[in-house]
Order: sequence, then C-alpha cells, then structure tokens
Amino acid sequence: MFGSLDWSTLQQLWWFIVSLVGSLFVFLTFVQGGQTLLLTITGDEDEKTLIVNSLGRKWELTFTSLVVFGGALFASFPLFYASSFGGAYWVWIAILFAFIIQAVSYEYRRKPNNFLGQKTYEAFMFINGSVGVLLIGVAIGTFFTGSNFTLNDYNLVQWTHPLRGLEAAFSLFNLSFGLFLVFLARTLGALYLANNLEHENLVAKLKASSFNNLLCALPFLLYVLISFVLMDGYAVNPADGTVVMEANKYLNNLLQMPLNLFLLLVGLVLVVLGVMLNRFTASVRGIWPAGLGTVLTCLAIFFLAGYNNTAFYPSKVDLNSSLTIYNASSSHYTLTMMSYVALTVPFVLAYVSWVWRQMDSKKLTIEELAADKKSY
Amino acid sequence: MIEQIDLSMVGWARATFALTALYHWIFVPLTLGLSVLCAFFESIYIRTGNEQWKSLTKFWMTLFGINFAIGVATGIILEFEFGTHWSNYSWIVGDIFGTPLAIEAILAFVLETTFFAVMFFGWNRVSKKTHLFSTWMVALGSNLSALWILVANAWMQHPVGMKFNPDTARFEMQDFWELISSPVAISHFVHITSSGFLLASLFVVGISSWYLLKKRHIQFAKRSIAVACTFGLLSSLFVAFTGDEHGYVTARTQPMKLAAMEALYEGKTPTGLIAIGLINPNKKPGDDQDAFSFKVEIPGMLSVLAKRDFDGFVPGINDLVYGNAEQGLMSTEEKIRRGKLAVASLGDYKKAKKNGEHLVANNALSVFDQHRDYLGYGYLNSPEEVVPPVALTFYAFRIMVGLGTFFILLFLVYGYLMEKKQLENKPMILRLGVLSLFLGYIAQQTGWIVTEVGRQPWAIQDMLPVTVARSNLDSGTVAVTFFLFLALFTVLLIAELKIMTKQISIGPEGE
Ligand code: HDD
Ligand code: HEM
Ligand code: HEM
Repeated sequence: MFGSLDWSTLQQLWWFIVSLVGSLFVFLTFVQGGQTLLLTITGDEDEKTLIVNSLGRKWELTFTSLVVFGGALFASFPLFYASSFGGAYWVWIAILFAFIIQAVSYEYRRKPNNFLGQKTYEAFMFINGSVGVLLIGVAIGTFFTGSNFTLNDYNLVQWTHPLRGLEAAFSLFNLSFGLFLVFLARTLGALYLANNLEHENLVAKLKASSFNNLLCALPFLLYVLISFVLMDGYAVNPADGTVVMEANKYLNNLLQMPLNLFLLLVGLVLVVLGVMLNRFTASVRGIWPAGLGTVLTCLAIFFLAGYNNTAFYPSKVDLNSSLTIYNASSSHYTLTMMSYVALTVPFVLAYVSWVWRQMDSKKLTIEELAADKKSY
Repeated sequence: MIEQIDLSMVGWARATFALTALYHWIFVPLTLGLSVLCAFFESIYIRTGNEQWKSLTKFWMTLFGINFAIGVATGIILEFEFGTHWSNYSWIVGDIFGTPLAIEAILAFVLETTFFAVMFFGWNRVSKKTHLFSTWMVALGSNLSALWILVANAWMQHPVGMKFNPDTARFEMQDFWELISSPVAISHFVHITSSGFLLASLFVVGISSWYLLKKRHIQFAKRSIAVACTFGLLSSLFVAFTGDEHGYVTARTQPMKLAAMEALYEGKTPTGLIAIGLINPNKKPGDDQDAFSFKVEIPGMLSVLAKRDFDGFVPGINDLVYGNAEQGLMSTEEKIRRGKLAVASLGDYKKAKKNGEHLVANNALSVFDQHRDYLGYGYLNSPEEVVPPVALTFYAFRIMVGLGTFFILLFLVYGYLMEKKQLENKPMILRLGVLSLFLGYIAQQTGWIVTEVGRQPWAIQDMLPVTVARSNLDSGTVAVTFFLFLALFTVLLIAELKIMTKQISIGPEGE
C-alpha cells in the first residue's frame, strides 16, 4: 500500500505524523503548565494536593508523547536527530535535565523519608514546567530563525557557535515563542484542572487563572505572528535542492497554503473560545475546544516550517547545509515500513481515550485522595 | 569521514553511555519481572476474592511504582543520548536503528504508561476485571519495550538486513523482518525477560525473607514466597537455558567476543572451558606468555558449548587477529587493508561525483563495492585494536554464570523448605535469601558488561567503530555532562533507596 507511494509523498506524510505527535505533546503540556500554577494559585495544602494528584495521573502521558516524538523523528528524519541533538548540544541536555527531574517528582514528593524533601520535588516540577517548556519553545523557534551549523560531504554536523545551541535563547523570536508556550501551557493547565476537579473555591480560581494566563500569552503570540508575516525565510529550490533566503517566505507559505492559514486561525479562535467559555459561563469544559485549538495551531506552525519547499531546520551560516524534509529523511524503504507502523496510531489513540474516559468519569475530590494511600 | 579523532572525547562519551545504561539497568529488570508478579498476585486475588491477597498485591505495586518512576527518568536520557553523544552514529545507521526505537515508543511505552495509571489509581474507578486486565497490560507493555529495544541492540551486535548507500554515505534498511527475526535478537529477548523475572523473584523472596527473619507479616511473607519461588525457579532454569543458547549464537556471530569471554588466545580442537581462572595481566595478543596464572579447566567443554560438537574448533584471539589459514580465517591486517581501500574509494567516488566526472566515479564505486564489507575496518589503525578488554569480559561472564547456577540451587532449597514448612526456622537460609537480592543485581550488571564491553571497539559489529560513531564535541563538554549525570543519578538513586527501604519497613497495610 505505502510501498507504491513515491518517496516525496512519504516524506510529506511523515512530516505530518511527526507534526501531529509534536502538536499532541504541546497540548499535553497542560501538565507542565499545571505544575507552574502550583506556585501562583494554591490556597491550602488540600488544594495543592488536588492539583498535584490530578496532574499526576496524566504526567506520564505527556512524557511518553515526548519520547514518541523523539523516536518518530529519529526513525523518519535521522539527519535532524543527528544534527540538532549532536549540534545544539546544551539546549537538549538542559531540556533533558528538566524532564528527568520531573519523572520522579510525583511519585517521591510526599513519600516518607524521601531524602530531598517535598519542597525540592515541587521545585523540580516548577523547573520542568517553566525552563523545560521554554527551552522546547526556543528549540522549535530555530525552525524559523535558523541555527549555526554546517554539514560536510558525509552529512556530519559541525556546530559553529561556542554556546552549542544555547545561543538560540538570545533571539527575541525564539524567546517569544518559548514564553508563548509557557503561558499557553499554564492556560491549558488551568482549563484542564477546572474540568477535572471537584472543589468550588479552587475551580473558581482556576477559571480566572486560565483567562489571565491567556492575556499574558497574547503579547508573545502577537510578536510571533507579526514576525511570521514580516520575516525572511529559508526557501528550497525544488529542482536542485539549493536553499536561498526569500523575503516574507512564511507569509507566502500561509498565502500559498490557504488551508494552513485556515488551520492557524481556527486553532487560535478555538483556544480563545475555550478560555472564554470557562471565564464567562458556568461551563468548565473549555479544555476541549482549547485543546483542539492548540493542536490545530501547532500543526499549522509545523506545516509552515516544513511544507511548501521550506527548510525546516535551516542553517544560518551555510544555507546549503539546511535540512529539508527531503534531504533529512530516512530511505523509501524505512518510511514505508514506518507508515505501516503508523497505522496502529489511531488504534493506540482509541484505547488511550477509552481508558481515560473510564478513569475520568468521576471528578477528583479531596475525600477520594484522603482515602487512598497511594495518592501523590 | 572523520578528520580528527579525539580519543579522550570518545572515552568520555563511552563512559557516559555506560553510566546511564547501567543506571537504567538497575531499574528495568525489576520492572520487567515485578509487573508480571503483580499480575499473578492480583489474579489470585480475583480468583479467591481474599482481601489479604489484595493488600499483598497493593504492597508490591507500591514498590513497583517507586522503581518505575526512576526507570522512566533514566530511560529518556538513553534515547536522546544517541543523538547528543553519538550523532554520527545516529545519521549513519538512523535509517535502521531509529525504527525499533520508534516502534518501542508507539507500541510499548504508551501501552505501559496508560495502563499504569489505571493499575495505580483505578482501584475504585474501574471494575475489578478491567483493573486486572490493566495490570496484565502493564506487564505486557514493559516486556514489549524490552523486545523492541533488544531488536535495536541485537542489530548493533549483529547487523543484518541493510546495505551501505555510497550516495548518502549511510547504511539503509533492506529487510525489516531480518532485524526482528535475527537469532541474536531472539536470544537476547528471551534471556533478558527471563532474567528480569528471575531478579523480581529474588526481590520478592529477599524482602519476604527479611520479614520472616524479623518475625513480621509472616503469612504475607510466606504467600509471597510461595508464588515468587515457583516463578523464580522456572525463570532461573530458563535463564540458564537461554544463556547457553545466547553463548552459542555469540560464538557464531561475534567470535572475538566469545574468545574474550573465555580469555582464549589459541584456538584448539577440542577446546576446554576454564571453569575458574586467574588472568595474567601482562598477557598481550601474539606474545608467548601464559594467559592464566591459575586455572581449572574442563577439557572439550567449550567446543561443546560453542559449537555443539566435541571436536569443534573455537577460534582464539590470536587466530582472529593474525589469521589462521588452516581454518580459513582472514587476518585483521588484511581486513584493515581492504577497509582502507573502501574508505579511500568512497572518498574518490564522492569527489568525482561532485565534479561531475562520471567515469572516475564509476571506477571508484566498483573498487568500493569490492571492499565494502570491510568498510568499518578502514578506520582502525592496528590489528590489535579489535581485541576488547579481556579480563573484564572474562570475569564478568564468570560472575554472571556462577550466580545463575547458584540461584537455581537457592530456589530449589527454598521450595523444599517451604514444602516441609521449615523455612521460618532456618535463619541462615533466610539471610542467604536476603543477600541474593543484591547478587541478582550484580548478575544483571555483569551480563551487560559482557555484552557491551565484549564488542569493543565496535559500536556496530565490524561496521562502525565507536571512534567514528561519536558526535563532534570536545572532551571537556562531554566530561561535564558525565559528572552532571553522575551527580543527578546518584542523588535520585539515594532518594529511591531511602523511599524503598522505608516502604519495606512500613510493610503491607491492613494485614
Ligand atoms: C539475573 C541475571 C542473569 C543471570 C543469572 C544470567 N544472565 Fe546471562 N545475561 C544477563 C543476565 C543474566 C543480561 C544482563 O540480561 C544479559 C546482558 C545482555 C543480554 O542479552 O542479557 C546477559 C547476557 C548473556 C550472554 C550474552 C553475551 C553476548 O552478548 O554475547 C550470555 C552468553 C549469557 N548471558 C549466558 C548466561 C548463562 C550461561 C547463564 C547461566 C546460568 C546466565 N547468563 C545467567
Ligand atoms: C541497558 C543495558 C545496557 C548496558 C548496561 C550497557 C552498557 C554499556 C557499556 C558498559 C558500554 C561501554 C562499553 C565500553 O566502552 O567498553 C556501552 C556502550 C554502548 N552501548 Fe550499551 N548497554 C546497554 C544497553 C544498550 C542498548 C539496549 C543499546 C542499543 C540500543 C546500547 C548501545 C550502546 C552504544 C551505542 C554504546 C556506545 C558505543 C560503544 O561504546 O560501544 N546499549 N553500553
Ligand atoms: C539504550 C537503549 C535504551 C533506550 C534508548 C531506552 C529508552 C527508554 C525510555 C525513553 C524510557 C521512558 C519511557 C516512558 O516515557 O515511559 C524507558 C523506560 C523503560 N525501558 Fe528503556 N531504554 C533503553 C534500554 C532498555 C532495555 C535494554 C530495556 C529492556 C530490556 C528497557 C526497558 C525499559 C522498560 C521496561 C521501561 C519502563 C520503565 C522502567 O524502566 O521502569 N530499556 N527506556
């Protein structure tokens, strides 16, 4: 079935799949956002416990989707995996650290004799939710602003900046993108928690918080959007694969792929709608439109970076070292194989949602947590 | 391909990989086995309806959860480390190697983590049947992740199903089934899962024995031992059986590793097995010193184990390095010569193609094609480089096998004493049971040391030496990360151990 598709179709298909996993990951960072809310929102210990436990049942989902994202990129675009991870070394190591410390935090936070103390594990959660998400945003930002590397004839990467990737954090665009993700995660976190918990006082605070965090996200989002309209981009010549700078490349992409523009706008509207729903009505179900909106927005952003003859991982120092979905991908055979594997994804998503519908059919209450010795 | 090889960088990158992998491997085997044991315990609870089995299940699940969290934390580094520390590797073989890794994430990790949440928090949220099903799914998921990661690792030990593409300068996959059905993958998988079952059985038996020694939770402990001991005995027999099979496969696919495992320098027919031996530290390949300063040898045994034939020839290190015409073994020097031709002609081909000189390119390509099988050897400089650290491999192997034999006896003794209702009156045996918990971990770690140290200098056997697999980083950078990881993991390990021991001393609830 897939074997008869030509290579470039498979490459586009795989950019779609990778984008989808990445977008689902961004949606699931509501866990990270929720972790940072702990600092700004809680009243008493009970409310904090509720938040931590509600997030604690989902954190693995986010973590695993990051792992899937990494694995899928490795299998489908190995040259990206090699160049970015081996090149922008310090950014990735920092992101890794921010996620390693999260993985133990829920389980160990309130266990007796936990060595580091509850406060440290909460600090870990905060670092994961702030620094971790920020740096991921910065890394995605370089899809548009470019990085400092060259590739030799054997496709081996040489990084040309001594900060090895951390320099990306000094770009206003990347930074805005990262901060946008941080506040988006907080917005989603508040929306998710409002829907998942039963606690009148806390839910009211969460409903207000989602709105406030969206307001904070707005300036960064605007900066990113305006930059998209104005900035030059890395265009690929489809005939010979050479890369040149093109004025207003990303604006052109939006105009030449109207569906993508549509995705972006609908996505953003849905996010706003979800927040409004929680802010101005009695409903707590805003996470659903906002979540869907997040996925659509992120898809549009990934498509903007990779489709329409654009280099998705451009090099600032040597344009022709830039990575495109065509020169960075796996072989035809591997992409075909992986496409068969990807057929299982809808099935996987189906059982995951089935399980969570069962698990979340009752809202989480303090009484339930008090009765459960395993609560975090 | 690589202009300068910074050997100290490679050293640090290897140290970092070994560190993170060994840490990951502290937690993984317990996950593999304890998930299955928990599923057994819960099945008994559902069948008998006895609430005591429920609290027993919950107790072991608590320990499972503590172990699982840190297993996940250490796993993510390994995945990213291929990119960060071995980026050339990630490009050169990513076309093949990335696939099992991605499948592992999509099919196994998601399964494991989804049902993990039900197993932990679903007691009052889903039906009993769904809960039991979830526990089994966690067991299935963790063992499936072992399957896929071992397909990846086995491929590094014995690369099959791919071809080098000179235009992209990388290996590309030709046949995915060959990867999955590789004999190395299968023997890896069955040995690993059964050794994980074995370790978890030792874990349950060890902790329960401690309760018996302390005269606490007696009935709980006996019930746990009854299940774990049966499971452990079966697993340990299977471990020995699959281990023997694994060795047989290694003899065919990685003869140099086998020679190092046995510290065998001169191949003979028949070859004896050194049951116990003390290695002469000054012995070098090719010299005429004795390899051992002390040894106990079982004649002919190695031929039987490695070749399934009393007269089978098992090549030694010298045969493999310097060649053995009689047995049709090519010398490493010749392989290096051919490898260098392959590397040079690949360079000529790339250059000619860039300049549009088709004739030159075609000639270079045909030279390359003749020598492509030796490409990896082209990056070596002296034949002796293909010899892995012998003493470490030799001793690690002896420790693992010795312990494996001992565990079988241990479970037999436990089973016998349980049957005679004498177990709680035998403090010496119980202490041995507690000690064996730690020995189990040692057996696990030494197993991987054999596998990984024994294949040096290759990242991919005969294809890609570690010196070429690395990233373009300087050694200072990598050293810094090494110490960061070391510090972080040590802190987390201490936290895990303190929490774990505290939970053990609290014991099962409501009993
Ligand atoms: C509780 C742990 C444990 C125990 C008791 C044993 N093993 Fe093992 N062994 C492992 C845990 C392990 C392991 C850590 O799981 C390894 C590392 C890689 C692998 O596939 O399994 C391994 C590797 C491994 C190898 C592979 C080396 C290579 O890669 O070529 C062989 C030949 C054996 N084992 C043989 C045995 C034999 C004959 C045993 C006798 C009873 C035995 N092992 C007990
Ligand atoms: C989890 C158990 C594992 C342990 C304990 C382990 C241990 C080690 C050790 C000790 C080394 C360094 C060897 C040396 O430098 O002498 C090493 C290297 C390496 N291992 Fe493993 N390993 C494990 C699993 C794996 C798996 C599953 C893979 C692949 C999927 C893998 C891939 C590598 C790579 C790429 C290197 C670096 C290159 C090299 O030095 O050979 N390892 N590992
Ligand atoms: C170098 C190779 C390896 C890599 C890259 C790797 C990667 C990972 C990652 C990313 C996780 C976290 C997954 C999550 O989000 O839940 C993980 C956990 C796990 N890995 Fe590994 N792993 C390696 C070696 C192994 C080996 C050799 C096995 C088994 C034979 C194994 C079995 C598991 C299991 C069962 C888990 C579940 C959590 C736990 O450890 O308790 N891994 N691994």
